[in-house]
Amino acid sequence: MSGANGVTSQASQQSHGGTLSLTLRIWRQDGPDAPGRFHTFDAPNISEDMSFLELLDIINERLIEGGDVPIEFDHDCREGICGMCSLMINGRAHGHELATTTCQLHMRKFTDGDVITVEPFRAKAFPVVRDLVVDRSSFDRIIEAGGYISVNTGAVGDANQTPVPKQAADTSMDAAACIGCGACVAACPNSAAQLFTSAKLAHLNLIPQGQPQRWERTEAMVETMEQFFGSCTNHGECTEACPKEISLDFIAFMNRDYVKAKIKNRKLTGQS
Amino acid sequence: MAESHSGPNGASNGMLDSRVPDGPMADKWTDHKFSMKLVNPNNKRRFEIIVVGTGLAGASAAASLSELGYRVKVFTFHDSPRRAHSIAAQGGINAAKNYTNDGDSVHRLFYDTVKGGDYRSREANVHRLAEVSLNIIDQCAAQGVPFAREYGGLLDNRSFGGAQVSRTFYARGQTGQQLLLGAYQALAKQVAAGSVELYTRTEMLDLVTKDGRACGIVTRDLISGEIAAHTGHAVVLATGGYGNVYYLSTNAMACNVTAAWRAHRRGAYFANACYTQIHPTCIPASDEFQSKLTLMSESLRNDGRIWVPEAMDDARSPDRIPESERDYYLERKYPAFGNLVPRDVASRNAKTVVDQGKGVGPLRNGVYLDFSEVIERDGRTAVAAKYGNLFDMYERITGENPYAVPMRIYPAIHYTMGGLWVDYHLMTTVPGCYSVGEANFSDHGANRLGASALMQGLADGYFVLPYTIGDDLAARLGEPVVPLSDPVFAQATSEVTDATQRFLSIGGTRSVDWFHRELGKIVWDYIGMERTSAGLEKALSEIPALEAEFWADLRVPGSGANLNSSLEKAGRVADFFELAKLMARDALVREESCGGHFRAEHQTPEGEAQRDDENFAHVAAWEWHSSDTTQTRHVEELEFEEVALTQRSYK
Repeated sequence: MSGANGVTSQASQQSHGGTLSLTLRIWRQDGPDAPGRFHTFDAPNISEDMSFLELLDIINERLIEGGDVPIEFDHDCREGICGMCSLMINGRAHGHELATTTCQLHMRKFTDGDVITVEPFRAKAFPVVRDLVVDRSSFDRIIEAGGYISVNTGAVGDANQTPVPKQAADTSMDAAACIGCGACVAACPNSAAQLFTSAKLAHLNLIPQGQPQRWERTEAMVETMEQFFGSCTNHGECTEACPKEISLDFIAFMNRDYVKAKIKNRKLTGQS
Repeated sequence: MAESHSGPNGASNGMLDSRVPDGPMADKWTDHKFSMKLVNPNNKRRFEIIVVGTGLAGASAAASLSELGYRVKVFTFHDSPRRAHSIAAQGGINAAKNYTNDGDSVHRLFYDTVKGGDYRSREANVHRLAEVSLNIIDQCAAQGVPFAREYGGLLDNRSFGGAQVSRTFYARGQTGQQLLLGAYQALAKQVAAGSVELYTRTEMLDLVTKDGRACGIVTRDLISGEIAAHTGHAVVLATGGYGNVYYLSTNAMACNVTAAWRAHRRGAYFANACYTQIHPTCIPASDEFQSKLTLMSESLRNDGRIWVPEAMDDARSPDRIPESERDYYLERKYPAFGNLVPRDVASRNAKTVVDQGKGVGPLRNGVYLDFSEVIERDGRTAVAAKYGNLFDMYERITGENPYAVPMRIYPAIHYTMGGLWVDYHLMTTVPGCYSVGEANFSDHGANRLGASALMQGLADGYFVLPYTIGDDLAARLGEPVVPLSDPVFAQATSEVTDATQRFLSIGGTRSVDWFHRELGKIVWDYIGMERTSAGLEKALSEIPALEAEFWADLRVPGSGANLNSSLEKAGRVADFFELAKLMARDALVREESCGGHFRAEHQTPEGEAQRDDENFAHVAAWEWHSSDTTQTRHVEELEFEEVALTQRSYK
C-alpha cells in the first residue's frame, strides 16, 4: 500500500461534512478457482459525503499510484437503479442501511474508527469472477425461461383496449421495481432466489396481458430457478436486504401459482 | 480517404444524401414503407445482423429483427442486457395518443419536437418519430410494462417538461427501467428461442469494413481478455451517448463513445458533436472525488422556487437570509414562465449567478430550490405525496432534509443530441453500418424535449430499423458474410490487440481516472453551458496537451488477460480525448446559439440564444481522415416545409 497522499486530503478539505478514518478488510481473489483472502487497507480522512463506491475509488486510485492492481467491483449507474453494484458490507448485502444499494450508501452512515469488512456476494449460483465481482447470469436464465409476455413487435392492438385494474397495475409495479441485483440471494442462508423469481412472476401474472402464459411461465421459471439456487425456508432475510423493499408476499403468491400451475398445465394439455 | 466507395447515401463524394422520401410530410413514412424492398420471410434467416448495445434501442432492435427471422448476435459490456443506462430514465415517454382529449396529435408532437430542437432537426425523421410513438405505447403495454393507470384501468398521462398537452406515459419514477425491462424481456424470449446469440461482458472495440462496407466487429471479452472478430451482413450500433466526456454527468459510469468513435474512425461521419444537453436540477458535487451527478426530476420546479443570496459569498444559512436579500432570479427575469423556463435557460441562468459568486453550499456551487412556500401553503403531507421519493433521495445523498432546508441544485450534463450521422434509413455513411438511439444524431436537433429520449430509442429499434434494414439487405440476397478468414478481420484484430497492449506498456504514473477528471474540467469549462470563441480555442490547445500527457504518463496496472477495468477505461478515455477536440471544433464553427449550444457572442440583447438560420440551418457531419489531421466538415442542409422558423421566447 502506498501511504497517505494528497488525494484524500484534497477531498477532505473540500468537503462540508466531517471526515472518518476507517480500516477496510477487502476480499481479493484472482479468479473463480483461485484462493481468495482479505487485504487490509487504511482509509484516513474519508469525507462523510462520499458514497461507499467512491471510497473504493479512492482506495483504487491509491493502489494504482503505488503500482498495484486495483480492486475490481461491479458498479454502473450509481443512482440505485441498474442493479450492477453488490457487495457484502460487514456481512450485510448492500450494507446495513435499509432500502439502499451500495452505491447510495454514504459514509456518514459509518463511525470514525470503524473496521469494515467487504466481500463479494456469496452464493454457489454467483461464482466469483474476480475480487468483488460475481457472475449473476443465472438470473438471466430464469428470465429466459419465461419472464416475458410473448408478443412480437407490431402484433398488438391499441393499448387502451386492455384495461388493467389500477390495484393490479400498482401491485404489479411494486414487484417490477426489482433491480436484479441479487442481494436477496446473497442474504439468504440457503442462497435461494425466490424473491427475485417471484417478483418477475408477480409483475407478469397479476395483469391481464400476462394471463395466457401464466401457468406455463410459472412452472418454467420456478423449475429453472431450482436448477441454480437453494430452497426457500422462509427466513425473510431476502426482503430485509432488498434495496427496493420487494415484499415477501410475492413469494407466497408464487408458491400458490406454482401449485396451481402444476395442475393447470396438465389440464391445458388434456391430461386430468 | 483511402477507399473510393460510394454508399447509398452518397457519402464518399462529400454530398450527404439523407434519403428522405418525396411526398407530403404526413405520407412520407407510409409511402416509403410500401416502396421499400422486402426480404421474404424464408430468406431473412440467411442474413446475419450484429447489434451492439442492449439499451432501449439495441434490445428492441435485436428482439424485433430476430422476430422477423434475421439471425442476430447482440453484444453488451454489462453482465446482463438489463443494466443498460436507459434503465435510469425517470420521467416518462411521450406519445401522441391524445387519450386525454386535450388536442394532441401526431402533427402537434412533430411540431413541438422540431421547435423544441430549435429548428436543427430533420423534419421527416421527426414526423416519423411522432407517428410511431403511437405504436410504442401499444407494444409496451402489451409486453406488460406496468404503466400508471386511471381508476377505470386505462392509461394515465401527465404533462411534462413544459408541454401544453398531457402526452407523457409513465411508470412511477422508473419509466426507463420498466421500458428497458420490457425490451430486455422481449430479447430474453428470442434468446430462449435460439434466434439471438447474446454476448455479455463483451465490448466492441472496432468496426470492420471490406471494400467500404461494414462486415463485422472486433470485440474484447472483458473476463478472459480474448480479442475476437464477428462477421455479419450488417452492424447496428446502439451504444448510447457521450455525456461522460465531461467526467461528471448523470450518465452511468461505463457510458462511453468508443463503439461510435471507432466507427467514426472507419468512415462514419460524426454529426453535431457540440449539441449536448444540460439538465438544470441535479445535486451539486460535494467534493473533488465525486464520481457522478444525480439528477432530480424536473417536476420539482413546478413547486420549488429558485433563488440565491443577493450578496456575493454570503455564508449565512438560508433561513437567516431575509426575503429582501434574496434574488429569485428566474421569476425576476422571466415573469411569465418563472421557474418553469426550459432546461437550457434555467441552466444558463444558474451558471451566471454562480459565476457571479452568489452560489450556495460549502463549495458555492449551487442555487437554492426552496419548497418552504408550498409546504406552508399545502402542508407537508401534500408535498410528501407529490415529491416524497425525490426528497428521500436528496436526503440520502446530501444528508440534508429538504423539508427544512432548501435543496441545492446545479446543472449537469444529461444527454447528447449529437452522434453518428444517419440517413432516413438510420444508416451511417459506412454502408451496412446503422446507428440507433442516443448514439445517432437524428430527431432531437439542438435540444431534446423531456420524455423524448425513451420514445426515440424505442421508435428506432421497434419500428424503424426493422423496416429500413430490409430495404438495404434485399439487394444483397445470396451474398455470404465475409468469412472470418478474410485478411480484413486479421488486420483489425491485430490492430485492437496492439492498441490494448499499448495502454498496458506506457508505464507512467497517473491513473485513467485522473486524466478523465482533468479532461472533464476542460470540456465543462469551455464546451459546457456557455461557449466562446476564445474558450474553444483554449480547449483546442489544452486538450491535445493533456492528451499527449495521457499517452506518456498513463499507468494501467494488471494485464490484458483478465478483468481489468482500468484497461477498459483507458480505451474509452482515449476516445473521449479525440471526441472532445471534435466537440470544440464543431462548436467553434457553429457561429450561432441554438438549443444546447450557446455561444456567448450570439445572444439577443436580453441574453437569449440567437440562431443564425441563414448560415447554420444545417447539420454538420465530420469525416475522419487520420489522427494527425482534423476532420472535414460536411453539411446537410435542413429544409423546413411544415414548421415555420421562429425565435423561442419565454419572457
